[in-house]
Amino acid sequence: MPRIIGNPKKSFVTGNETAAWACLVAGADMMFGYPITPQNEIMHYWTRLAPKHGRGFLQTEDELSAGFTVCGSVQCGKKAFTATAGPGNVLMQEPFGMAEAMRLPLLAIIQQRGGPSSGTVVYSQQEVTLTTFGGNGEGMRIVYSTASHQEIYDYTIKGFNVAWKYRFPVFILGDGYQAKMREPLEMYDPEDRGIEMIKPYPLIGLEGKISAGREPQHLCNIYSLEEELYEVVMKVAAEYEALEDTIVEYDEKYCNDADIIIVSHGVVSRAADDAVKALRAQGIKAGYFRPITLRPYPRKQLRAAIAKSGAKKLLIAESAYGQLDRLTKQEIFGENVKIENLFKPGVGIIDYDIISKVKSVL
Amino acid sequence: MLAPAVPKSWYLPSKPHKFCPGCGHGIVLKALGEVIDELQIQDQAIFGCDIGCSLLAWDFFACDSTQTHHGRTTPVMVGIKRSRPELTCIGYMGDGGGYSIGSQHLLNAAVRNEKVTLILVNNTNYGMTGGQMAPTTLPGQKTETSPYGRDPETTGYPTMGPEFLAELTPDSAYIARATVSKYKQLKKYLKSALKNQMEGNGFSFVEVLSTCPTNWRTNAQQSWNFLEDEMEKYFPVGELKNPLGKGDK
Repeated sequence: MPRIIGNPKKSFVTGNETAAWACLVAGADMMFGYPITPQNEIMHYWTRLAPKHGRGFLQTEDELSAGFTVCGSVQCGKKAFTATAGPGNVLMQEPFGMAEAMRLPLLAIIQQRGGPSSGTVVYSQQEVTLTTFGGNGEGMRIVYSTASHQEIYDYTIKGFNVAWKYRFPVFILGDGYQAKMREPLEMYDPEDRGIEMIKPYPLIGLEGKISAGREPQHLCNIYSLEEELYEVVMKVAAEYEALEDTIVEYDEKYCNDADIIIVSHGVVSRAADDAVKALRAQGIKAGYFRPITLRPYPRKQLRAAIAKSGAKKLLIAESAYGQLDRLTKQEIFGENVKIENLFKPGVGIIDYDIISKVKSVL
Repeated sequence: MLAPAVPKSWYLPSKPHKFCPGCGHGIVLKALGEVIDELQIQDQAIFGCDIGCSLLAWDFFACDSTQTHHGRTTPVMVGIKRSRPELTCIGYMGDGGGYSIGSQHLLNAAVRNEKVTLILVNNTNYGMTGGQMAPTTLPGQKTETSPYGRDPETTGYPTMGPEFLAELTPDSAYIARATVSKYKQLKKYLKSALKNQMEGNGFSFVEVLSTCPTNWRTNAQQSWNFLEDEMEKYFPVGELKNPLGKGDK
């Protein structure tokens, strides 16, 4: 693939622009999308960049169509992606379910907005449950919760590779703040960092002529018997679980001697990082734990952090009313820690909020 | 006795097929198989089927095929065609999938003149789910969800698919309505709809009037009578748009 960036380039851009560039350098062939705030500029940048690099775009009639056109595109061997938010993410759960069922390596960038319903167009962390476990399935997805523009860039590139290597749908879970804020970013071509981009391959429309003896491909998505479906789901679950250790990512600081561990994800983890440093400066032994992958969740690592620190408490801080909280509790069930919470649905969290909360519960 | 001629593009391990006795799907799929053979597109065709009775065709052809969701075959075919224009994309759906739950996709694919071929089988009801009222159920027709007969006052009149699609599409689109009772014409329309896509002209659509004796609770004679006397009277058979210039006006 020809280099697009050349020498690594420092820039000061929005997260949406970051995402469009990341898809471009990752070799994405097609974007299918539908307007919804706060992800619109991903489409705006893509529609400007794509024609110059021989890539495609279609603005579909709705998010159902955007999701299903992506499914079709990856089925015939193209690196395709979409981006959405809020009610659009709700509609896309149907095609995302198909991607889970048929193991379609699609990539979706979710820029969370306030909910429920139309909510706000601004910001939240309220699409965690939907993005990790949405749909009528078992959550066989890979979800990266990014905290900075550099991470949007890095994990989008990585996300395409993970999707095509393991054939699970991959989600880059950002939010309205990350979408619209500008901050410094270093753009690079993956090859220059030793990242080999995986070439996409077709599942239908294969090389070789059926008329000359190639087996036709019949992709099945509905089963007649309970047992048939059971076999398929159990096989997918086993493959997903076998990959967990390979895929799980997390960040942990100051957990060796922490009395309280602050668990947060995405942009809130930046406030948690600042809060922990401030608390430590005041002699309060606070620790920091951030799941980067929300699916699969770094459960062993969080359990280990609790064990080695001997922490008596966790504080779960999120811009939602308990979505990370539920996710975390189910993953660390049985741990002997008291779980405190700082829930601010649809509202940003700053270090002061966390510091105050920690002091009030210690 | 000679075995009946089977299209080369049929996938034999999946035969005999799974449709009910007397169902029209087998006739449509036989015509489609013959057309695929005649156009020699087995190697470039992508067959996508909807959910509903049409899902039973998922392994019907020795062509690369995919099942989708109810109503979502159109966008999946559009996604494939937009990504790999050299492939010939055939979406296969029922009246519920096309005219009801997937109508926004059908309408917008037509407006964008997407270069795919869609075949919609109209049997005036939801067959797979047990015979509920469909957008195409005739006025007065009894179904499981219109047990006293469809009342246009409360449920509207049957969707005239080819007619509304003809209004939405440019002249390069192919739009027709066929019936399983006129096999040669059905085959001709399907062939034109595929040729129109292959020539890069535009959106290509054939509605096919078909039988559903299981849910109509009709015997062979009654089924055929309903098709020819009721359905074909309400839904005019013919080509509405043929940019190939060989229409049977």
